[in-house]
Amino acid sequence: MPFEKLDLLQGTLDVMVLKTLAAMGSMHGYGIARRIERVSGHEVLLNQGTIYASLMRVEQRGWIASSWGTSENNRKAKFYAITDAGRRQLAKETEYWERLAGVMDKVMAMQRGNVGEEPA
Amino acid sequence: MSTLRRARERWLAFWSKPRLGAELEAEIAAHIALATDENLRLGMTPMEARRQALVEFGGMNMAKDQQREARGLMKLDILMQDLRYTVRSLGRDPGFTIVAVLILGLGIGANVAVFSVVNTLLLRPLPFTHSEQLVWIAPPPTKCGQSCATYSTDAYDEFRMYSRTFQDVTGYFAFSGPGNLSLNRGGAPIPATSIDVIANFFQVLGVEPALGRTFRAEDALDGAAPVVLLTDAWWKTQFSGDPNIVGKAFEMNGRQTTVIGVLPKSFDFGAVFSPGAKIDAITPLDLYGPPRNWGNIITMIGRVKPGVTNAQAQQDAAMAAPHMCWRNTIPQSCGSYAPKNGEGGVVPVLLKDYVSGKLRRSLVVLWSAVGTILLIACVNLSNLLLARAASRSKEFAMRGALGASRLRIVSQLLTESLVLSLCGATCGLALAWIVVSWLAHQGAIALPLLSTLRIDGAALSWTLLIAVFAATLFGVFPGLRMAGTNLTESLKDSGQGSGQSRKHDRVRSILVVSEVALACVLLVGAGLLLRSFMNVLDVDLGFQPERAAAIKVLYDDSAPDGNASAHKRATIIQQVIARVSAIPGVEAAGTTDYLPLGQNRSWGMPWPKGIKPPDKGPDSPLVYVISPGYLHAMGTRIEGRDFTWDDGPTDQSVVMIDRSLAQYFAKLANWPNGNALGQMLATGGTGSRIVGIVDDVHEESTESLGGWQIYYPMTQASPSGAELAIRTRMPPAALAASVLGALRELNPKQPAAEFKPIQMLVSHANSPRQFFMLLVAAFAGLGLLLAAIGIYGVISYSVTQRTQEIGVRMALGATLGQVQLDVIWKTLKLALVGIGLGTIGSLLAARAIAALLFGTAPTDLAAFAGMIVLLAGVSLAAGWIPARRASRINPMVALRNN
Repeated sequence: MPFEKLDLLQGTLDVMVLKTLAAMGSMHGYGIARRIERVSGHEVLLNQGTIYASLMRVEQRGWIASSWGTSENNRKAKFYAITDAGRRQLAKETEYWERLAGVMDKVMAMQRGNVGEEPA
Repeated sequence: MSTLRRARERWLAFWSKPRLGAELEAEIAAHIALATDENLRLGMTPMEARRQALVEFGGMNMAKDQQREARGLMKLDILMQDLRYTVRSLGRDPGFTIVAVLILGLGIGANVAVFSVVNTLLLRPLPFTHSEQLVWIAPPPTKCGQSCATYSTDAYDEFRMYSRTFQDVTGYFAFSGPGNLSLNRGGAPIPATSIDVIANFFQVLGVEPALGRTFRAEDALDGAAPVVLLTDAWWKTQFSGDPNIVGKAFEMNGRQTTVIGVLPKSFDFGAVFSPGAKIDAITPLDLYGPPRNWGNIITMIGRVKPGVTNAQAQQDAAMAAPHMCWRNTIPQSCGSYAPKNGEGGVVPVLLKDYVSGKLRRSLVVLWSAVGTILLIACVNLSNLLLARAASRSKEFAMRGALGASRLRIVSQLLTESLVLSLCGATCGLALAWIVVSWLAHQGAIALPLLSTLRIDGAALSWTLLIAVFAATLFGVFPGLRMAGTNLTESLKDSGQGSGQSRKHDRVRSILVVSEVALACVLLVGAGLLLRSFMNVLDVDLGFQPERAAAIKVLYDDSAPDGNASAHKRATIIQQVIARVSAIPGVEAAGTTDYLPLGQNRSWGMPWPKGIKPPDKGPDSPLVYVISPGYLHAMGTRIEGRDFTWDDGPTDQSVVMIDRSLAQYFAKLANWPNGNALGQMLATGGTGSRIVGIVDDVHEESTESLGGWQIYYPMTQASPSGAELAIRTRMPPAALAASVLGALRELNPKQPAAEFKPIQMLVSHANSPRQFFMLLVAAFAGLGLLLAAIGIYGVISYSVTQRTQEIGVRMALGATLGQVQLDVIWKTLKLALVGIGLGTIGSLLAARAIAALLFGTAPTDLAAFAGMIVLLAGVSLAAGWIPARRASRINPMVALRNN
């Protein structure tokens, strides 16, 4: 299925939001959505609207904070910024993702013959 | 941490929906604007730029929904929606709503009221500190009345000394009668009732006074200044709640008595120890004064040490018993309380069990009856909801078609049931509150703790519990049926004889049958209890309570010696009787020291002269010291002769005994012809001659013949007071004033004592049985009504559904009678199946309540037949109304309408 976009795993969008804000500083919802699309090379299936549920979840947990401000082209928009608690959470999530990715790599590299019981 | 925070945020968000909603709108608008700006920069036309922005944003409503779901409490939102919808739809159908809420209100109200009674009598601890440590100490039941259930002051002392498992032991004087205290505040003396208690009584029970102090040991010493504790009620009514009452002295029983304290409102001596009695004051018992010579007078109450089990306490009491003497100065009286024939004479039982243990069975029956009512109410509601659901099936099918999930529809229906149930519970609670407040003031019902009855936290929780239970019970079934409705079928089903309606019909019939069966069980149970009550009323008590009354007479027979005292007493009482007998309407008058169905005592067995008493004799007879004419006034028949005023203190001692005792003596002593009349009893001195044999009197209970009786003349033996019994030609109450007036004329100190119709004493004794019988009968009536409503509902619904069919049949020539008969037959079938099942259930239920019946077999034909006929009759009446309607269907109209 190389021609279809990736479906987002449950909860991954929240991590992406955190990482984006950690890397880019304060941003509005549209900016975050665009950023994720761009960084993923337009590979994830993201209806931009779904970002708002994710922002709400993460904000309610106190990992990001929001305030209304003005964009560079003078539009009023809500800006989000990561909090200290958010950074700590991101560190945890990052570690988790790296471990999971490592395990997935190994499992996917499995070939007939070279995996089995250790020789005695 | 963050999860908690999120929960709080969601809760807050739930309450600020408009603000958050507006903010989201603004944010999305900004998003689209920013995206459009960017697309414009990329060179798109304004239209295309905006379109592209919207495409990339994705589903607008879905995004909003997702955000709302993440933000707030969606479940609660749905619930609120359901609630709003429920209120609207119930409001549209007020007839249904009112009937449903009324049915539930009655069912739940009855349950809450009975729960309160059960909770007060059985579940809630007694109103004392650590009441689980309190025990009632008494021998097993005997036939010799209170004298055999009490202990002497010496025995009390020894028990207190030798028992090891008790923190302390106390007790009270068991023979205080009503009206034994006369308060003189100028004017007519005011009668009141006081109880003598051992000085440590309140410490042992753990009762703190509301004002002042309780008794100290020195208050009870011989020659101590008289002191009194007032109950809250008497303090309020008689002393207008004077806050400075402590330390004031009043003339009570002729002595200046100091009030040392007021008891708390929560302390109600009568409610715990003497159901139905109103106690006004508590006085200290002089343990080492004259009461030492009075024999068995103390009822013992103990507080065991923490952690001591009842078995341990019983063992300990059995060890202490042999040390107890009836009178320490009489060595052979020691050990008279020791266990005999494996039966202990000193047995502690939990005070709670003593107070309400006897009622457990009745209360369980009551609880089951009221539970059945709730069940019937639920079945009825289920039926109503099914009928309603049938008319709404298209609505639900439509909602299903539009995407509502099964769960969503069931939860909507359950919300409706819950709302109905909670409305019903509110009504029920109000109803229960009325019933409970009324019951709490029924002093005439001899049930313990009744005055402490109230709707408390436990009752409120119970209300909520059964409301939710009921809602689930009657809501789930119609809910599941509705949610399972097949869309095409119900949209097609127009209601005439199609499969769906038939199925509905069958379900509703099953519900009605079960309702009838449950009502049948209730009715038969009530019938059996009613028959038992009638049988109790029919018992020959040995006296005629109608047109008889009694009043306590105060007299002063103090004299230097017994004979002089007897002479003085005889003169006074003879005068009283002569004066009262002269009042027009009075047929006969006489005095006794104890009235039937009240207090009593015994003096040991007066064996026939010349007979060696058997080793293990029966319980000794109850003793009554009476005047000539008393038995006549009570309507008790005498064989032989009554006492006369000529049976003086120095003449031949005479007695009368009851027929059973006479038979026992005659057999024991082998008297010629088995006749006790004229024989002699060894009562000390030269012995007493039996001059009369009288009817066996129900002295302790209307339901069973208790102990034997022996009567002594007040001219020869010393009575412990005088209750003047009179027999009248008119309702006794009409004579109350003139009798009291006559007594006042003779003795200005005569208090305005209560003029008690003897019938009242009997009713009082019957009141617990009457109470339970009336409640069960009321529930049975309610069950019958609900069953009738159920039958009416089903038959009426089926007639409505079959209007067209009936129209066709009538058009084809069916007569009115045939149509009516058809409907009635349908009713009868339902009723008969229900009654059949109910009869089987009744037989089982009757066996379970057999112990509560009196003179009535659990298979009593009259009760069964009567109730079955009643149920069948009411069912037919319920079916007859729709049957009439069916026969009035105009075939033309019926056929045109569809």
